[in-house]
Amino acid sequence: MAGGEGRMSAGFRPGDPVTVRRAYPPGHVRTPYYLRGCSGIIASIAGEFPDPEELAYGRDGLPKKTLYRVRFRQIDLWPQYQGAADDSLVVDIYEHWLDRDRENEP
Amino acid sequence: MSGHHDHDHSHPTQPDVEDQPFEYYQIMAEAVGELLIEKGVFTAAELRKTVESIDARSPADGAKVVARAWLDPTFKERLLEDANAAAGELGIDAGAIPVRVVENTADVHNVICCTLCSCYPRLLLGLPPDWYKARAFRSRVVREPRAVLKEFGTMIPDDVEVCVHDSTADLRYMVLPRRPDGTDGLSETELAALVTRDCMIGTAVPGG
Repeated sequence: MAGGEGRMSAGFRPGDPVTVRRAYPPGHVRTPYYLRGCSGIIASIAGEFPDPEELAYGRDGLPKKTLYRVRFRQIDLWPQYQGAADDSLVVDIYEHWLDRDRENEP
Repeated sequence: MSGHHDHDHSHPTQPDVEDQPFEYYQIMAEAVGELLIEKGVFTAAELRKTVESIDARSPADGAKVVARAWLDPTFKERLLEDANAAAGELGIDAGAIPVRVVENTADVHNVICCTLCSCYPRLLLGLPPDWYKARAFRSRVVREPRAVLKEFGTMIPDDVEVCVHDSTADLRYMVLPRRPDGTDGLSETELAALVTRDCMIGTAVPGG
């Protein structure tokens, strides 16, 4: 599923609001379940890496995929969150797992 | 074995390695290792050398990096920009996987984890502690980090953001802790001694 669709988007920039795709394909997926469907902000671009979902099956993982550091607010992830309002979580997520979050665009 | 001396009470038996069944992947790893040696891809001595070099890594390497960053602001800049290259300046090989150093400040306290497996900056900190790999830590630290930190004896004030870094993919993270007050005049070696493993995971603070 994720591997066959090619690049999902033209790329994001720091500050862009994004949503993690709510998808549950089998395989060596590096996007944690708890973030699927959640909205965050691109914090930075981590670089380009061979696709781990492909590497896991002995393929070359090319073309490389862009990896982003995505920042989430804890209160957006967990309704019962007990900590401070500014508490955050930063996770590395591949581009083909991210959609532009049109609802939260500035 | 127990029971080789006379007692009127028993001691718990120290479990032997063989008390646990060998698991599928342990057998697989042994078999693949033996095959690669047999095929001449590497020798048993090379394999042993690699394992020994991984085992020899320790948090002392990370602590050296932290102490230098506390003393030399330009080194700190380079460390935050490219940790692998900066560690290399100190003769520490941080490996091929990019390491990102996240800096604790008056406003942000960072904690690292890996919810999917146990990604860890092994070349700077050595092997991860068992609790880092445990489901309890991995699942709780992303949703109640302050409660987890409190169990480590680390209280972060509410006006300081707690930022958890879940290393899911191709990067590794290490925390650059804040230099404690009252450490002016300490040497680099003395400063490094304050930096424990947990400080670089983010579950502790130096001198805390």
